[in-house]
Order: sequence, then structure tokens, then C-alpha cells
Amino acid sequence: MTIFDFEKPINELESAIQELRQLVAEKGIDRTREIAELEAQRERLLRQIFSHLRPWDKVLLARHPKRPYALDYIRLMCESFVELHGDRLGFDDPAIVAGVGKLGAYRLVIVGQQKGRDLKERQRRNFGMAKPEGYRKAMRMFQLAEKFRLPVLTLVDTPAADPGVESESRGISEAIARSMLTLFELTVPTVSVILGEGGSGGAIALAATNRVLMLEHAIYSVIPPEGCAAILWRDPNRAPEAANALKLTAEEALRLKLIDLIVPEPLGAAHRDPQTTALSVRSAILQQLDELSQMEPEALREHRYQRFRQMGVFQTAAP
Amino acid sequence: MIGAGDSLPPFLVSGRIGAMQRRAVVASASDQWVQCAKCKKILFKPDFEQAMRVCPSCGHHHRLRARERIAFTVDPNSFVETDADLRPADPLGFPEYADKLAKGAQSAGENEAIITGIATIEGHRVVLGVMDFAFMGGSMGSVVGEKVVRCFERGLEQSLPVILFCASGGARMQEGLVSLMQMAKTTAGVARFQQARQPYIAVFTDPTMAGVLASFASLADVILAEPGALVGFAGQRVAAQASVGKPPANFQTAEFQMEHGMIDLIVPRKQIRPTLAYLLDIFTGGARV
Ligand SMILES: [Zn+2]
Repeated sequence: MTIFDFEKPINELESAIQELRQLVAEKGIDRTREIAELEAQRERLLRQIFSHLRPWDKVLLARHPKRPYALDYIRLMCESFVELHGDRLGFDDPAIVAGVGKLGAYRLVIVGQQKGRDLKERQRRNFGMAKPEGYRKAMRMFQLAEKFRLPVLTLVDTPAADPGVESESRGISEAIARSMLTLFELTVPTVSVILGEGGSGGAIALAATNRVLMLEHAIYSVIPPEGCAAILWRDPNRAPEAANALKLTAEEALRLKLIDLIVPEPLGAAHRDPQTTALSVRSAILQQLDELSQMEPEALREHRYQRFRQMGVFQTAAP
Repeated sequence: MIGAGDSLPPFLVSGRIGAMQRRAVVASASDQWVQCAKCKKILFKPDFEQAMRVCPSCGHHHRLRARERIAFTVDPNSFVETDADLRPADPLGFPEYADKLAKGAQSAGENEAIITGIATIEGHRVVLGVMDFAFMGGSMGSVVGEKVVRCFERGLEQSLPVILFCASGGARMQEGLVSLMQMAKTTAGVARFQQARQPYIAVFTDPTMAGVLASFASLADVILAEPGALVGFAGQRVAAQASVGKPPANFQTAEFQMEHGMIDLIVPRKQIRPTLAYLLDIFTGGARV
């Protein structure tokens, strides 16, 4: 059983509630009690399911086709946003959206990975897998932020960086590395939010920031569980086991002190209530920016260095 | 030179050998002979070692162990190892990891996938790090990340150049997200080392892949590579699946990467030491404006 098996009865309840509501609206028949009963049932079911989520359920939720994407969050939480395009080296990668906008009291630069909603858009955005030009566009934006002393917000949601021949030819590895390097050089506040899939190098390229937040049902991993299972057991079907082993949930990332904060999602996950989720993300970001804005430019760079410098678990042998 | 005598490998009798070698064929086993991994020629081991494990016939650069590499690269007796006391842990309690570490240590005779230290190369004092593919595929976990960062910190503190020989399949899956963070950590090291205004030179050896290539390795001031080294982001099969059309024949070789501007120079093994010394002299030799 996966989360999707559980989602079916919930969806059935939801459409039943919807139908009753329509009946009330059209015919004026009082069905308040029935509706309340169904809603209570829905709530009970959701609570039951979501109190026992396993890592693999989180993987499925993070990849849920209805999960809000970067542009949804930008639309729902920003006062305004203007998308800016291109890496000035010959390309504009639709898998990365970037631009300037306003969030609360802040003018800021935003860079995010964007998946597509329908098949056509999914292909156009390469399933959120950025190519070198995407990271180079991101770097352009980071430098813009530094020049005009604007904070940087990155929104991470990618299965991986694009692994194709084209990306290799244009230096995908170098682009990822340099994107991190550019973030480390900044003296403005930087915050990233792992919205859905934090896929390996493709994700860390945008997440070398002062603060790293993670949505409750997002995942963050060095390798997709399918790939891990293929390596460990030569069987990609054992991905759910690999998801356990990889400790890829927000809870584990926080426990390992690799992220700073988990942003809670509404009952039933972000896709059931994008509005509420976006408001939670917004207030979490604003709180981080309020804190980071108190720091001196050099202190921000030093803070970022120390943040990642202390990551790692090892032993020291007795002499 | 192929030596004659009674110490020839048994596979010599199976064919694919030159006339001169055939004269010397005796069906007895010995460790005096090795077979080139690429052209399959049988090579006399002392000659092969003398050539730094480069096949005299086809030029194939066989993988070196980190300590062999150090011996070939630095001035005799100049290498002083640093941070040799760091040992891997198992932060995730990952399946079979503890076992793999123990086996890796036993078979490789090393405790981790990188050896670091300070040495001189033709008189130039440098911080040196050499990765060892024989230990868990040279994968980067916490210890590799920590030792690489310490190389950059030491370079900054002592105002020394940093030379890193890369040999890695990528991040160490068994340390999960902790190993992914080593990409950021080592990159932070590069970022800070820039203040030293000392050169950072990377040498890509076979293979330099994924999480290592996509972090500190690609950020060197100058990138050298050995001929034929595998250098790339994703596995070949993944790359092919994600692409329209077939990858070129030299896909993900050092030569391919150089064609695409990602590597400065491909340097045969014998020339690496003098090339490093030359670059160190240019960047640190004084009379700078
Ligand atoms: Zn050969």
C-alpha cells in the first residue's frame, strides 16, 4: 500500500462532499448534517494516514503531480514578481525560473526549479531538471543580488540536474559547482526552501545558503531511492527500502542538523491546500530574512562557511 | 623490454602474442607479468612499473594507488601526511556500510579514499591531496570532505598552493544527505581559499565523476587530466537514456571534456610532475605585477 492507495478513498469522499454541496446550492436542500459527517470522516481518514507516513510515502508526496511548484509559491506568497531570462551565454533554461520581486518588506532575487503541470509543459521544463544554462542563469541572478544588495531566495524542486549528453557537453558539473561557489561568495542574506524533491547535485547547487528550510513532506537525498536500490540490491523495485536507508525526510535532515527548519504542511499535504502552505512558507522565509538582515555582510559569508564547514560525521583515531 | 626466462604467465600460451614474446613462452605462472587492461598486451612488470603503469604499447594509463601517485609526484622524502587519524563513521546506520568500510580498509590498506599532506614538487612547497579509487571507489563521504576542506584551510593559513588529484565515482551514497553536503562543504573551502591568492590545481585521473566533479574538482584555477580518464557527471547509461541520439564515441573522456572547454590540458603521466612544477613557478615564482 502506498499513499496513493490511501488517497483514493479520500478523493471519493471529497467528490461526495462536493456533490452534496452542489445539491445544496442548486436545490436548496439542507444536507448540513450529511456534509459534516462526511467531512469528519475525511478528516479522520487523513489523520489516520498522515500519522503513519513512511519515507516512501514522502517520496510519492514530494513527487505528487498536484504538488504546488515554485511558480505557484511565488504567485501565492509574493506581493509581486517579474521573471528575468537567460544566461547571456546563448541559452534560457525553462527548468529554472528566476527574477526579482517583493515579499513582505523585502525586495529580493528569487531562483527556483520549475516542473511542468501537463505533459507539454513538463517536457518544456525538462521535468524540473536544470541544464548548465539554468545554473548559469541562477549565477547571473546571484550576482545581480550581490550588486544591488538584495537577499536571495531559492526554491528547490528537482529530481536531479539534467544528466544528458547535451548538458555534459556544456559542463553541467562545473555549472553546479560554480553555482555553489557563487552562493558562498555572496555577502547578502540567502535562504533556500526545499519544496518537493531535493535531488542530489541538482538541488545543492541552489541550496548552499545561510538558511535551508524544508517543507514537511519534501525529500532531500544524495541519490534517488530507485538508483540506490539498483546499486544496493540490483533491484529498483526495492526503492521503498532504499528510501528508509537514505534517511531522506525533513525530519531526518533536521535531526542530522543539515537543515534549519521544517515548514509544516496542512493535513493531507501541500497539494490539498496550496494557499495555506504558501502562507506558512512565506512567514518562515520572512522570519529568516528578518534574522539574517541583522547580520553584517562579511558575517553572512562567514556564517555560510561555518554552516557547511561543520557538516560531516567522522571519528578521530587514537594516536 | 620483455624479459626471457622461466617466469612467464600461463596466458601467454593462449595466443595474441608477438613473435619475440612467443620465443620466450614458457607455461609457468609468475607475478612478473601483467596484462594491459586496454590493449590486452602482456607486459613485463618491472618495465610497466618503471613507466608508471602506463602501457608502453597503447599508452593506456592504468589507475594508480594514492601512495604510488604521491611517490611519482613529490620530491623524495618530502611528503608529510596530515590528518591521517580521521576515520569514517556511519551517520545513517546504512545497510552494509560498516562492513564495506572494514572490507575497504582491509583490501585497500587505507582508512579512507584520500591521503593528504604537505610536500615539495621540484622544490615548490604545496598542500597535496590524492584520492584513492581503491577505497570504496574513491567516494566522497565525511572524511574526504573534511580532509579536502583542511587542505584548503592549510593552504590559506600557510599561504601554500593546493594540488588535488581526483579519482572518484562521486558522493558516498552510504552517508546519504551528509555526503551530499560534502559537495557544498568542499566548495566552501575553495571559495575561502581564493583569499590566499595561491594556485589551486586539480588533476583529473580515472575516474573523476559526479559529486566530486560537480564540486571542488571543477573549481580549480587550472585543471589537468590524464589521457583517457573517465570524466563526467552521470553514469554513461543514465546519460544515454536522457539524450536524443547516441553519445559520441569519446563521451565522458578527458579528451571529450577538453574539446568542450572543461579541462585546460591533457598531460601524460610522466609529464604531470614537471607540468605542475612549471605552473607553480609561473603562479608563485615572484616578479608579479
Ligand atoms: Zn595497452
